[in-house]
Amino acid sequence: MAHVSDLIASDIESYLALHEQKELLRFITCGSVDDGKSTLIGRMLYESHMLFDDHLAALKVDSKKVGTQDGDIDFALLVDGLAAEREQGITIDVAYRFFSTDKRKYIVADTPGHEEYTRNMATGASTADVAIILIDATQGVLTQTRRHSFIVSMVGVKRIVLAINKLDLVDYSQSIFEKIVADYQEFADNALTLDEITAIPISALKGDNIVDSSPNTPWYDGLSVIEYLESVPVSSTSQSRSFRMPVQWVNRPNREFRGFTGMIASGMIEKGQNVRVLPSGRESKIKGIITQDGDLDLAGAGRSITLTLDDEIDISRGDIISASSNPCSLGDQFQSHILWMDDSSMTPGREYLFKANTQTTSMTLGRLKYKIDVNTLEHTPATVLEMNEIGVCNISLARRIAFDPYKDDPVMGGFIIIDRISNNTVGMGFIDFALRRSDNIHWQSMDTTKESRAKQKGQRPRLVWFTGLSGSGKSSIANILEKKLQSMGRHTITLDGDNIRHGLNRDLGFTKADRVENIRRVGETSKLMVEAGLICISSFISPFSSEREMVRNIMDEGEFVEVFVDTPLEVCESRDVKGLYAKARAGELPNFTGISSPYEAPVNPEIRIDTTQTSAESAADLIIDYLSRS
Amino acid sequence: MTHLQRLEAEAIHIMREVVAEAENPVMLYSVGKDSSVMLHIAMKAFYPAKPPFPIMHIDTMWKFSEMIEFRNNIAEEMGLELIVHINPEGEKMGMNPFVHGSSMHTDVMKTQGLKQALDKYGFDVAFGGARRDEEKSRAKERVFSFRNESHQWDPKRQRPELWNVYNSKKNKGESIRVFPLSNWTELDIWQYIHLENIPIVPLYLAAERPVVERDGVLILVDDDRIPLNDGEKPLMKTVRFRTLGCYPLTGAVESEANTLPEIIQEMLLTTTSERQGRVIDFDSSASMEKKKQEGYF
Repeated sequence: MAHVSDLIASDIESYLALHEQKELLRFITCGSVDDGKSTLIGRMLYESHMLFDDHLAALKVDSKKVGTQDGDIDFALLVDGLAAEREQGITIDVAYRFFSTDKRKYIVADTPGHEEYTRNMATGASTADVAIILIDATQGVLTQTRRHSFIVSMVGVKRIVLAINKLDLVDYSQSIFEKIVADYQEFADNALTLDEITAIPISALKGDNIVDSSPNTPWYDGLSVIEYLESVPVSSTSQSRSFRMPVQWVNRPNREFRGFTGMIASGMIEKGQNVRVLPSGRESKIKGIITQDGDLDLAGAGRSITLTLDDEIDISRGDIISASSNPCSLGDQFQSHILWMDDSSMTPGREYLFKANTQTTSMTLGRLKYKIDVNTLEHTPATVLEMNEIGVCNISLARRIAFDPYKDDPVMGGFIIIDRISNNTVGMGFIDFALRRSDNIHWQSMDTTKESRAKQKGQRPRLVWFTGLSGSGKSSIANILEKKLQSMGRHTITLDGDNIRHGLNRDLGFTKADRVENIRRVGETSKLMVEAGLICISSFISPFSSEREMVRNIMDEGEFVEVFVDTPLEVCESRDVKGLYAKARAGELPNFTGISSPYEAPVNPEIRIDTTQTSAESAADLIIDYLSRS
Repeated sequence: MTHLQRLEAEAIHIMREVVAEAENPVMLYSVGKDSSVMLHIAMKAFYPAKPPFPIMHIDTMWKFSEMIEFRNNIAEEMGLELIVHINPEGEKMGMNPFVHGSSMHTDVMKTQGLKQALDKYGFDVAFGGARRDEEKSRAKERVFSFRNESHQWDPKRQRPELWNVYNSKKNKGESIRVFPLSNWTELDIWQYIHLENIPIVPLYLAAERPVVERDGVLILVDDDRIPLNDGEKPLMKTVRFRTLGCYPLTGAVESEANTLPEIIQEMLLTTTSERQGRVIDFDSSASMEKKKQEGYF
């Protein structure tokens, strides 16, 4: 390889000037146990002359002793690091390797292909620009190939090299190569979100198409592996996004100087630019971009800098400085993909620590919506995640954080999960979207507000939320309540199963997931009604306490009035106004609350109505009394 | 950004994370080229403030005298708090690598000395200048590398390290070694020193120096503690050092390279890896891993 260029001997100064301008490319290699991954990396190190004589001598000795290549150099031995692993003949952890060519320096994350080490692959992929997926030409696309590809794609790697290895064992057959490429392409089209797949026929052992085009594959006119690595664009997308910088540490050497340090996650920052600090929402202007090497006018993603601002605003670690033209959103409840990484299984409902960039807070993991079988990519129901399993669930944080979805900005949307007892990193997560967007901070404070609308109507907007079994009497009470409020000159709206299920939510059924979504939409709609200044009366069975809590959490303090219409099941069943209980008992209505699906009674409702003691009329009066008092 | 800019930005990021989250951090300073780079970056990371932690040198009483002089000057010039620790037991027993051998010397003065110092000052996080390209077992070590109460490393129980989000939560008794230069290679270090004009101990550059030969290795006659054979006169040779440690355990190489570019040139053209100058690695290829499990840095 041209790495040991003549310049080193003839003109070291010029060589240094060139080398100092090199870019850095980070990539990950993934393959199954026998795909020849370590051999490929060992070969690249060898070809780029990164091996010293003593390494090479030790390698030759080792190759004879424990090698698998009949005395030939066993390149795999170069990269199998820890003593225990070398004895087992497998790599069991992420190892980082370094080499360089004339154009670039490379950091390779070498990760094992064992099923149980999905987490290591995700670890390596989290810092990779490119992934090399090895396929054994004698085996074709295997389950493992699909698994590895899915994981790197989920972690956000957009460019994949399909290195179809051991082509020497299939007589350098073009048709075998093309068949494998076609198989893979079909899979990728369905399951992955990639920008680019580049397939290269290679033999790591023999060196075909690693550095130069191989004479053994005259039918292939694409790039060699090294040529590809030298020319693939280094991730530059982060530069073109809006400015984000998580504040790491506040630098206050004296009274005069107050700097905010951090690494720019994305975008560019310019002196004089307007910024918004989240979560406070305070705005200011960049006064200076400070480095020891002199102040900068401009800095871009990936730089570690120190910012000073025009205004004295309170900023601390964990705040995000973002472009005021397009600041990030705020949220405390998200749908997330989770990859579990610990022996102890993921426990929904338990409190963990959440750490994204420099923001740390406590987090509760919601019930799993489903888990993803990494082999078949099927969604299956699950209640817990075991190590190396991937699932989707809602998470709820103790405070609002500034974020962007992971697909838009990995720094702003990726998080680690820390167990509070063991302190281990037990999982990694990817924010898909926030479950509520109302306090998206860049919805600037508008001239007309909820307050102004409410003032116009001369009332305090509220959400009166009725929950209780089917037939408990929610609708009757809601009906009377609305009439009474109207006669008092209040502005109201009622949302119930009849006007929601037939319109907005007509696409939803009665599975647990659909019921959760039903309530989410009703909650959001109710919130809009309250924003409009109305007293919103929502009447839904809403059997799960977590969803009711979710609605409570999206409302402002004191706005949410939970009315528990507490009617014993036997009473509801004996009334059975709509004949539903009879049907449910007959098995004709699956997932019927109280019969075949649970009802989680509120523990601390604002108002509890015992309909065996209280008439609908006096229940409505009770509620009006509560509303006027609070 | 160039690769050196990315590596520098990463190292700064790591150092700031530590300062933001650690209770009582320290930077281990070995006076070598990697330490020089690490310290240089620390000055950048906290500019215009000084690095908000002391630097600490584990002295063995047998370091090259030029190293000690350099160390004291640097600390003074940069205005940093310098802690020097020498294992008092080793001092009392008159530890002498010529008498006690290299492994005992290294274990008592370096390994035990370091543990003592960390315990004595209650440091919970210690920066080190180790790089993943140095040695096979380092290749898998995390940037935030945990040590148990007895400062041991368990390669099987490392936490996953994702993106650049580091988990610095310690269990009782644990401490953390943090390696901001994990992703640098030896060439990167030299290039960065060249580019940034970072001062280094002159021993890295070739000069005429008095040496004697021991077991095929050229040892500098740094002071009069080195036992000379009857009638033996040190030879004056133009030599330099690829790595710096205790002078009786560090071999010189004959070289004419007396500028940084020449050093880099020599490094690129020679085909012997830098650690061969270190006596400690000669035993077996897994020796570093064993040392680390015992608590060597």
